[in-house]
Amino acid sequence: MLSESSSFLKGVMLGSIFCALITMLGHVRIGHGNRMHHHEHHHLQAPNKEDILKISEDERMELSKSFRVYCIILVKPKDVSLWAAVKETWTKHCDKAEFFSSENVKVFESINMETSDMWLMMRKAYKYAFDKHSDQYNWFFLARPTTFAIVENLKYFLLKKDPSQPFYLGHTIKSGDLEYVSVEGGIVLSIESMKRLNSLLNIPEKCPEQGGMIWKISEDKQLAVCLKYAGVFAENAEDADGKDVFNTKSVGLFIKEAMTNHPNQVVEGCCSDMAVTFNGLTPNQMHVMMYGVYRLRAFGHLFNDALIFLPPNGSDND
Amino acid sequence: MASKSWLNFLTFLCGSAIGFFLCSQLLSILLGEQGDTQPNILHNDPHARHSDDNGQNHLEGQMNFNADSSQHKDENTDIAENLFQKVKILCWVMTGPQNLEKKAKHVKATWAQRCNKVLFMSSEENKDFPTVGLKTKEGRDQLYWKTIKAFQYVHDHYLEDADWFMKADDDTYVILDNLRWLLSKYDPEKPIYFGRRFKPYVKQGYMSGGAGYVLSKEALKRFVDAFKTDKCTHSSSIEDLALGKCMEIINVEAGDSRDTTGKETFHPFVPEHHLIKGYLPRTFWYWNYNYYPPVEVSLEILLYKYLD
Repeated sequence: MLSESSSFLKGVMLGSIFCALITMLGHVRIGHGNRMHHHEHHHLQAPNKEDILKISEDERMELSKSFRVYCIILVKPKDVSLWAAVKETWTKHCDKAEFFSSENVKVFESINMETSDMWLMMRKAYKYAFDKHSDQYNWFFLARPTTFAIVENLKYFLLKKDPSQPFYLGHTIKSGDLEYVSVEGGIVLSIESMKRLNSLLNIPEKCPEQGGMIWKISEDKQLAVCLKYAGVFAENAEDADGKDVFNTKSVGLFIKEAMTNHPNQVVEGCCSDMAVTFNGLTPNQMHVMMYGVYRLRAFGHLFNDALIFLPPNGSDND
Repeated sequence: MASKSWLNFLTFLCGSAIGFFLCSQLLSILLGEQGDTQPNILHNDPHARHSDDNGQNHLEGQMNFNADSSQHKDENTDIAENLFQKVKILCWVMTGPQNLEKKAKHVKATWAQRCNKVLFMSSEENKDFPTVGLKTKEGRDQLYWKTIKAFQYVHDHYLEDADWFMKADDDTYVILDNLRWLLSKYDPEKPIYFGRRFKPYVKQGYMSGGAGYVLSKEALKRFVDAFKTDKCTHSSSIEDLALGKCMEIINVEAGDSRDTTGKETFHPFVPEHHLIKGYLPRTFWYWNYNYYPPVEVSLEILLYKYLD
């Protein structure tokens, strides 16, 4: 009896040690996924307002219409309440928004990817979007349902960028040698990047379906690896003051952190005025954001925007 | 003997499998996500106050929100500045010693800066914050008494400094620009007051305490006078109702604060409660209290209550 329990215990110990070793190894390979290094980014800036104002009004109207953004939102059945909120709020401002789900969900229309693996879903979604819509849209924005995006600010940011160039932008994180765009802040790909990505999706050596050795590598990192082979590099999107426009946190969290870390700069340190995304919102918060961004106005304050975007027809919450 | 070692070996294998499994579960939890829980606050009593925080979401540090002015470089605030000069509002915020750090501090750093004058009313004086000491006790049953004394203080010291006198709680957010737009159409020498109008108990209705209310100069004068001449009673544990009853007695009109499309501008709850259809159940007292029929949420919101 004693020898059995001791061998059992030895087994447990060995098992856990083995497991810990593998995890360490996995992390070392990826390069400490949870730690972020912010130097040596490729930075991409928003257009300068003065430059925009130099363009005539008609040209500006033409420009704002020439932007066609296709939104891809990857959902799973457990995201149903977020899905509903996202559907009723910001995705209405995409030129087209499609929901790609892991399986068929009766409540909402979606395109069934028939896999619950996030990387596979992402690949299939990108392939679908490219195959079906590459001639109608020039920018492709991928997000999770926990993200709130201000599509008009996205369009403004992309204003002077040529979609026939390979753009891959959002909130970047450096992990060892790899710089990738975090899926939580939203991923933007130009049509050229989509082309290159889709040509590589069929080559398993460059773009494997199962990336990690033993532990899974997150889908945003896998995407970056794949795109790197195609010569497409991640760039961090910033405004004229160097602030991130794609955010992986919510406003509430930013303020909380600012209050603890640098309380004298709660507003300055926080968020860009032309922020495109915030992440980590609850469904209720999405509705409040929608209200705050598009409807609530302080009387007597006039913001002279360089571009005008009109709300979609028949929409009642913006 | 062979079977025993075989058994040992098997146990060993089992052990290692279990060890591996447990370890991977532990690691996945440690490295995994955490869910967000939102407290669901529905007030079953219309005259209830927001229960005291358990201090979990206590934000540390001093803030400087004045930095805000440099953010919007192309903003034209001429109309707003004009109104700031024309429609002078004195705001007084109902607070207490235990809420200065938790709540009143944030009011002070944010919307209160847009008032022409702001005062923080507490049971005790605090020279550093600063707060006015009303020399009362704290507690729900003291609210009306604090309100009376606060208005009295404002009347005795600041009557000529403003046209309109607003009372707000330390968990309310006020958009002063929009309030000025509303009040710009009325004469402060007339006896009138505005807020979220409730219909029960008082013929002309009364204003919800939670959503905040604002008195004209004439209304303030009459209110303070009413206690000197015993027209209104001092004692009540329901602040907003008592004030509403008093207003009716002294002939101060309960104004209509709705916007041009008939939507309410003063809100007794947080935005989510008002924005999301069906959030507040049909059986909730709120629907029976509203003086005006419900329309969707206003574009020109003035007030929000119970904010963290």
